[in-house]
Amino acid sequence: MKRHILSHSVGTLLVWFGFAVLLIVAPKVFNQGASLSLLSQMGTLMIFGLSFNMLLGQGGMLSFGHAVYSGLGAFFAVHAMNLAAAGVLTIPVSLIPLVGGLAGMLFGILFGYVTTKKSGTTFSMITLGMVELVFACSLMFPKFFGGEGGISTNRVMGNPFLGITFGPQIEVYYLIAFWLFVSTVAMFAFTHTPLGRMINAVRDNPERAEFIGYDTQWVRYLTLIISAFFAGIAGGLSAINFEIVTAENVSALRSGAVLLFSFIGGIGYFYGPMIGAVAGVFLTVMLSDFTKAWQLYLGIFFIFIVMFAPGGIAGIWASYYRMFKFRKMRQIWPAFWKICCAGLLTVSGAIMAIEMLYQRSLGGDQEPIAKIAGVSLNVFESMPWCIAALLCLIGGVGFFFTQRRFIAVWNSAMAEIEVAILKGDA
Amino acid sequence: MEFTLITLLNGVSYGLLLFMLSSGLTLIFSMMGVLNFAHASFYMLGAYFAAMLSSHLGFWPALVLAPIAVGILGALVERFGLRRVHQYGHIPELLFTFGLSYVILEIVQLIWGRASIPYAIPAELDGPLFTLYTTTFPKYRAFMMLVAMVMLIAIYLLLTKTRIGLIIQAALTHPDAVEALGHNVPRVFMLVFGGGCALAGLAGVVGGNAFVTEPGMAATLGSIIFVVVVVGGMGSLGGAFIASLLIGILQTFAVALDYSLGSVLKFIGVGVQMTSPWYSLFSLTISQVAPVMPYLLLVLILIFRPRGLLGTREG
Repeated sequence: MKRHILSHSVGTLLVWFGFAVLLIVAPKVFNQGASLSLLSQMGTLMIFGLSFNMLLGQGGMLSFGHAVYSGLGAFFAVHAMNLAAAGVLTIPVSLIPLVGGLAGMLFGILFGYVTTKKSGTTFSMITLGMVELVFACSLMFPKFFGGEGGISTNRVMGNPFLGITFGPQIEVYYLIAFWLFVSTVAMFAFTHTPLGRMINAVRDNPERAEFIGYDTQWVRYLTLIISAFFAGIAGGLSAINFEIVTAENVSALRSGAVLLFSFIGGIGYFYGPMIGAVAGVFLTVMLSDFTKAWQLYLGIFFIFIVMFAPGGIAGIWASYYRMFKFRKMRQIWPAFWKICCAGLLTVSGAIMAIEMLYQRSLGGDQEPIAKIAGVSLNVFESMPWCIAALLCLIGGVGFFFTQRRFIAVWNSAMAEIEVAILKGDA
Repeated sequence: MEFTLITLLNGVSYGLLLFMLSSGLTLIFSMMGVLNFAHASFYMLGAYFAAMLSSHLGFWPALVLAPIAVGILGALVERFGLRRVHQYGHIPELLFTFGLSYVILEIVQLIWGRASIPYAIPAELDGPLFTLYTTTFPKYRAFMMLVAMVMLIAIYLLLTKTRIGLIIQAALTHPDAVEALGHNVPRVFMLVFGGGCALAGLAGVVGGNAFVTEPGMAATLGSIIFVVVVVGGMGSLGGAFIASLLIGILQTFAVALDYSLGSVLKFIGVGVQMTSPWYSLFSLTISQVAPVMPYLLLVLILIFRPRGLLGTREG
């Protein structure tokens, strides 16, 4: 299989090289304020999302409890760091993620045996049961899980190696970037191994996979163990980054978040969850500064993606890139800008209404002013509500009339592209 | 004796509430293959609708109107959301309902706030029904059991004795044949989804004032009804009934028992010291372990009987 990876075109190598360069220069480009901490969070979330997608995207296993592995990995990592600081263990900080990974793997072996007995929707329900089980246990054993306050640690410990203490955030960022690069290469390589191919087969047609002589349960089990290992690495890195691990790390909430972000990024593409991680950190950190309704927007956006663009952001990008590559943009453009305008009107009307509603329910009578994009609106006057309703109405009607045309144009362009590809192959 | 009887009654009434929820979930699942992650969210909506309606119209109209409103909402969700996602397969359907549970929670918090809202038991159902030795059994608990039993019988009669029930049953196994006979199968699906949601709404109406009506109520029951459905056997109504009662009684008993492994060992003459390495494990009381019980049951069932109590198919 090694030969197979090496024989990939120069282009692939260039992509990996570009990824490495991007990781190295990112903190130089984004150097204001909290951006370093954001980049670190994105890095850990990328590893977590990629490991999650190993199950959902590549194996068709929708897990509601993936945070179990990253969270338990984080707890083991935090205890290992505390033991190392006390002099009981000798382990450098740079290898702590490996402790998390091994712990995640251990629990993958343990829990995966039960969860992978089933596939499809039953698997999802069992993983939800698992995460509730672990979360409930975390409150029962305060010694290990630290109860409500969690377990904290100090990442500056042991002798500095080559002057690296992991005190400054930049050193932590590069540690995360290193592990991110290694994990991404490893997880990409996994997709080309026989097991990585088999899990695709098990996802697409388990019956036929069994007929060839593979045990589908065993294939799912092995994949889950490897995925749990990488989730544990992500957990270990987050333990180093935040220097605290709480019960929230093993909760259904955390598992739901990685599911949301990975799906928004696009589970059909290897790099989808990485886009999802960037979008996710932006949404949770930046959007929550702007508006109290960010979780509502996130949920609605997620439903929108599930309904209209199951390929996620990566899928949208890929199909528009294709349109561009085959010079079809001009063909779809007239219908495209109309539907975009209609959509924009609807969205702005909806945002206006939601923001005013939030102001009304949370601000009470004292604060009747909602500020949206610098404009102050009194939520007790009827005028702003009328404007919002009008925007929604115009946008909605416009959307209704333009969508049919857009879908027709889009489908015909897609069909032409397919013909062109077939001709190219012949 | 007194303790056992009262706890058993409480357990049965809690179990019946679980069944009101899991029956709708099971119906929807066995018909459409859709696992409705947002099922407990509809339960929450039922409670909130009932709290609103009962403050204006009184409890009895709310008991009828709130489930109907939830049912209509569910039917709309099926018509304009799920039906579109259906073409992508069962996992995207599950993802859709997962996103829906997120949005419903946010909207509930947006309209009614993050704190619990007042939703009182109606005066005519308040108070004790009978006294057993020294403990009283509240009227409302009995009313909950009554509603659940009436609902159970109504579903049974509807599914087995009426024409629409026969069509539903046929559409369950042979949708194509039913469609060929001239029935509108997508509309049957919409009815079933709306009906299942209405059952969840009904559970919310009677559960909302027995417990607390707050935004967290969906999350507390949501994962337990999933356990009920897996333990009972995917898609089996009878299994869901047994599993609901089992888990209801198990949890109610566990919460009330204050024994730990250590105290049992002490009883048979083995003392466990504070210093022993597994002291925290030995000192856990059964009531502390209670929240974990349903999930432990789930794991045990999956290991020893993977198709569930009354399930017929391996998944």
